[in-house]
Amino acid sequence: MDFTKTRAPHGAAGTAPADDAYRPSEREVERRRFRRARKRRHTWISAVCTLLFLVAVAAGALSSPGWERVDSLFLDGTELREAFPDLLHGFWLNIRMFVIAEVLILLLGLLTALVRVTRAPGLQPLRLAATLYVDVFRGIPTLLLVFLVGFGLPALQLQGTPSEPWVLGVIALVLSYGAYVGEVLRAGLNSVHPSQRSAARALGLSERQTLRHVVLPQAVRNVVPPLLNDFIALQKDTALVAVLGPLEALRQAQIKADYDFNYTPYLGAALLFIAVTIPLTRFADRLQRRAAQRTWAEAGR
Amino acid sequence: MSEPLLRVRGLRKQYGPRVVLRSIDLDVSEHQVVCLIGGSGSGKSTLLRCVDMLDVVDDGTIHLAGIELTDPRLDTDAARKRIGIVFQAYNLFPHLSVLDNITLAPRRVHGVPRKQAEETARELLARFGLADKAREHPDRLSGGQQQRAAIARALATEPDLLLFDEITSALDPELVGEVLDVVADLKRRGLTILMATHEMDFARQVADQVCFLENGVIVEQGTAEQVFTAPREQATRRFLSRVLDLPGRDGTVVV
Repeated sequence: MDFTKTRAPHGAAGTAPADDAYRPSEREVERRRFRRARKRRHTWISAVCTLLFLVAVAAGALSSPGWERVDSLFLDGTELREAFPDLLHGFWLNIRMFVIAEVLILLLGLLTALVRVTRAPGLQPLRLAATLYVDVFRGIPTLLLVFLVGFGLPALQLQGTPSEPWVLGVIALVLSYGAYVGEVLRAGLNSVHPSQRSAARALGLSERQTLRHVVLPQAVRNVVPPLLNDFIALQKDTALVAVLGPLEALRQAQIKADYDFNYTPYLGAALLFIAVTIPLTRFADRLQRRAAQRTWAEAGR
Repeated sequence: MSEPLLRVRGLRKQYGPRVVLRSIDLDVSEHQVVCLIGGSGSGKSTLLRCVDMLDVVDDGTIHLAGIELTDPRLDTDAARKRIGIVFQAYNLFPHLSVLDNITLAPRRVHGVPRKQAEETARELLARFGLADKAREHPDRLSGGQQQRAAIARALATEPDLLLFDEITSALDPELVGEVLDVVADLKRRGLTILMATHEMDFARQVADQVCFLENGVIVEQGTAEQVFTAPREQATRRFLSRVLDLPGRDGTVVV
């Protein structure tokens, strides 16, 4: 039997001829020179245009009739310096709420997603509950939910209900985002190609083992970028808890602003949020790019 | 020969109103290689999927070593441990290394300790010329390498029956040979294989039995020699003359 006649040559890389003698041709040298020059020119043009744009915006703002008032009300340096320690202290609470909420949201989201994709007959009531939960809580504005949980839950006067406003705020955020994240994860689970399930089942893996070892890892990998987007949004929405009164960044800014009749503390709080969300966004972008490249690589096989 | 390892009787399968398999009878004895040939849509893949219980049959029975696979009360997970399948599109798990792909089922399904499972896996990889690829992820392998890894994965659980579903169809022509070499090697080692294939030369040289399917029916089956050199049915002759690209206006195959 001779099935080797069409065998591809292996290890061709080791036999490539030495390339020491290579010199770029004159045409190539000229091409490279032109490309360098063009790149330099483009850099200059973009720098000048950006500068002109910034100058125009600044001139527009400065020449507006109300600029002096805005300058003193929003951009007061002393005010910012005075408010900053309190803002930072408040922001620390935002960070803590964010981290605690994120962990709980992932757990709740994963639970709802898994319940909704499994087909075990005994889980039917749970499946209905999960569907209802997602439908209802995705439909309620987060701020409204913060009010409802913050004022409604203590009013029930159940034993063991937390009364700390920030805890109630976290519960509201978890309920709201859990529904979103559950849907993202469910989409991820459905995005894994059925042939992967077939392959796993054919190897004798049970339904549960297939989910645990084959489907779930791929699903999570597929939805990391949208999950990160949700978490960036969550990080900002921790400010919604301010309406319940805990001293987080926005509430601190509000107190200081009301006290001094100056809005600069709000700007300070905004800067703090931006300082966290911008790096997170860049990180999410990078992951998304990498995921896209991987998908293309797989599709291009 | 005694009771065949795989016995299919009166198998019927339809997707909606479309009947894909009708009244299929097929025996595969131990240590035999049986090739299913036929055009696209003739039902070869569906037959394999039914045997592996990936599709539910609409009538008929399938027995593997005396156990009825078509019994809905059957513990399919347990029965599947005895069958290995390799797909046209490899279906390796992209998030696992080649080694983890191969050891997943032995470790999780058969409870083989990690060290022992990896040892077996490395032996298989070495046999298939993939010893240096154990730690790579599937997307770093060529199509032929992926398919050989998929065969290794199917073999790792030491199944009684191997099902190959057009395992060379997705490969570049120059990579087909390396995968077929592996299959020929498995035959020499006495494995039982049921495979759907478009590789006529290969079927002819390796198969003990060849079944020609058309429109969900086994039109002709016999030894490779008989089916290829003296096909009894007109349909078989038509098909062979088409795929073997031989002229012959009357449909006879010149060999």
